[in-house]
Formats: sequence, C-alpha cells, structure tokens
Amino acid sequence: MSFQLPPLPYDYQVLEPFVDKETMNLHHTKHHQTYVNNLNGATKDSDIVAICQNIKNYPVAVRNNGGGHYNHSLFWKWMAPVGSSNVAPTGTLKEKIEATFGSVDEMKKKFTDAALTRFGSGWAWLGVQKDGSLAISSTANQDNPLMAGVADVEMIPILGLDVWEHAYYLKYQNRRAEYIQQWWNVVNWDEVVKYYDNFASKNNPVPINQ
Amino acid sequence: MFANIARVLAQSSKKCLPLVRSKHSLPDLPYDFNALEPVISAEIMQVHHQKHHATYVNNLNVAEEKLFEAKQRGSVSDQIALTSALKFNGGGHINHSIFWTILCKDGTSEPEGELAEAIKRDFGSYQRMVDLLVATSTGIQGSGWGWLGYNKQLNRLDIVACANQDPLQATTGLHPLFGIDVWEHAYYLQYKNARPDYVKSIFKIANWRKVEELFGKARHD
Repeated sequence: MSFQLPPLPYDYQVLEPFVDKETMNLHHTKHHQTYVNNLNGATKDSDIVAICQNIKNYPVAVRNNGGGHYNHSLFWKWMAPVGSSNVAPTGTLKEKIEATFGSVDEMKKKFTDAALTRFGSGWAWLGVQKDGSLAISSTANQDNPLMAGVADVEMIPILGLDVWEHAYYLKYQNRRAEYIQQWWNVVNWDEVVKYYDNFASKNNPVPINQ
Repeated sequence: MFANIARVLAQSSKKCLPLVRSKHSLPDLPYDFNALEPVISAEIMQVHHQKHHATYVNNLNVAEEKLFEAKQRGSVSDQIALTSALKFNGGGHINHSIFWTILCKDGTSEPEGELAEAIKRDFGSYQRMVDLLVATSTGIQGSGWGWLGYNKQLNRLDIVACANQDPLQATTGLHPLFGIDVWEHAYYLQYKNARPDYVKSIFKIANWRKVEELFGKARHD
C-alpha cells in the first residue's frame, strides 16, 4: 500500500493574498508529489509516523522524502481560508500557550523568530514535548520533531511552517519575514486545537490522512 | 610646527589600517542583469545580486562588528556565539562573489590548457566531469552549492557538495573553481521546481577562462 498525495482541502487560490495560487499549485502538485513518489521508491514500509520516529533506521532518501510527505500533509491542513476558522487558539491549548509563553502574541513572536533564524531550508514548529509542555523549535530541510536522534527538540508537532524558499519565493522573493507575518492570517487554529486535544495532549503524534 | 606634526600624523595613520575597520561591500556584477539570459533571467540576477548577496554583505559586516566588540570586551563566549552568523554570511559573500565571475554571457569554449588536462586525468573527460557535477548539485537536499574544486595537497580535482553557504575552502580545504548555487532563490522564479534543468543549462554560460585563471592561481601561488 503505497503513499499517496493527499488532496488539498481547498482550491489553490483560497489563501490569497497571503499565500499565492501559483505557489500552492506548485507546492502541492510538484514538490509534495515528488516527495510522495520518491518515498514510495525508497521504502516499502507504510506507517509514516513510525518511520519518522525511527528515522535513524532508514536511509537518507526516506528521511528527506518521508519527512517531506509528513510535513506537507499536515501543512495543507494547518492552513485555511480567512473566515473559515477561529483567528486564535481556543480552549485548553489557549490556556497552555498563555501559561508557557505569556500570551498568544508572545508565542507567535517566538515561532516567527524560529522561522526567521532557520538558515537555509527547513521548518518552524510548535509542539508538545514528552512531559506535556509546549515548545517551539526549527529543523533543517525536511526533518521534523518526531525524528528521534535527529531533531534538537523532540516533540509532537501541532503547527508547522515551511520556510524552504519554494514555499514563498514567487510572491515574496527574499522577504521571508513578510511571508511569515502574512502566513499567520491563514493559520487554521481550529485544526491546531484539534491536533492538540485529540492527539498531542495524549502523547500521540498527529496522523496524516485522518 | 603643529601643522607639520598634524600632517605627519595624518599621513602615518593612513598606513595603520587597523585604526579604521574596513567593511565588506557588494561587488558589482561584471555584466548587466540580462547578460545571462535565457539561462538565468534578468529578474533572478537582479534579486539574487541586489537582495540576497547584498544581505549577506550587510549581515557579515554586522557580525564582524559584533565580533570586534566582543573581542574588545574580552568575551570569548560572545565571539563563539557569532560563529554561525559569520559562516552563513561570510560564506554567502565568498560564494556569490566567486559565482558572478565564473559565469558570462553565452559562456566560453570548453576548458583548455592545464585545467583541461587535469579534468581529463581526474574524471576521464569534460563530459564526465559535467555529469558528476550535475548529479552532485541536483542531489543536494535543501540549500547548498555543488563545487568543482582543487585539492592542492593531492594535486587533484574533486567534486563535492556544500550545505547552505558553507564556503568550500574553509569547510573542505579545496580551492573553489566552479560552483553552482542550488538554493531555490538561484532558479525558482524561472525554473520553479525543475532544478535539473537549471543545473544542466548553467554550463551554457560557464566562463571557463576565469576558471582556468582560478586553477592557475590555486596551483602556482
């Protein structure tokens, strides 16, 4: 049973003007599709979460493409058109964020900083650590915080931002700071809250294709 | 008398360069932004040079200023904390400064002289060297550079990949001869995700005369 490219939960243009239609199209149909194709060529295993958690047992092609497939599968769900989700986290996650960072704004500042200071390609993350505490980190390339022994901060990611140049270059060119700032407008906080409530707070990684 | 002393002091201080810390500056491109079309678009050249390379230069200057201050304060810890910023931005400045010079409008004829002999000896043929450099550069995960470099100790050419802006010589000891920037910013506006097309095309605008010069310097200096 091979990996499949998940369909986008919305049309390519719905995140405009924050994330442009052409980027969404290329990002999904080319970049993510390539990760899926290469992943299928690199392993017969089918549990992507287990693969990430045991990534040291796999060759680098699986790390790059397995990470790419997992990360992007969630990335599409972490975004939603303006107006279709709460504009801020709610419930227990909101309390947890405030307790950890002081406020949602402070959390966003730290997250933004992680995204800005990741040199080269990578991702910024908000996640839940083994002890239940929230943390923010970044990883290089297609690594993610599930990858034990690889990620600096091991945690269950509940929100991630792609800062590879392909994620923003057509619209923002070198202006990564502007891309990050605009991206906050399309974060699907309801989905993030769901991932926290249903998975991460119970020490379970978020499955894809759910 | 005092005017004479002042003039002598002024003249001698010009010879004491450390009194004024020099800053790095963005080198001019040796050609117009559109010179490398159709292989690399004018739009890419402009953003790549005026934004990306300029930012490395600016940030390098900031990092070096902080390094100087940290040294003056006697803080080894603060100096060490600047290592990443120096590598990222210093590497970016070094790499791009070389990059602009090894490309030229319409490219040149294939390598000649000593360089051609070395390529034949170490790779079998020019085409095999190109194939290896294409494969190496295309295969880089994330951001980085593919390099043809010279190992002076072994008197041998080599092809390696460097991650991010890691500078070839400081990282591997190899003298940089011909490098291919495979950060997405180097090609995305024109080639989108088709990195292999960009990498293969770049040989149409390779300035082998410059590369021969770099090789000569590395061999004989």
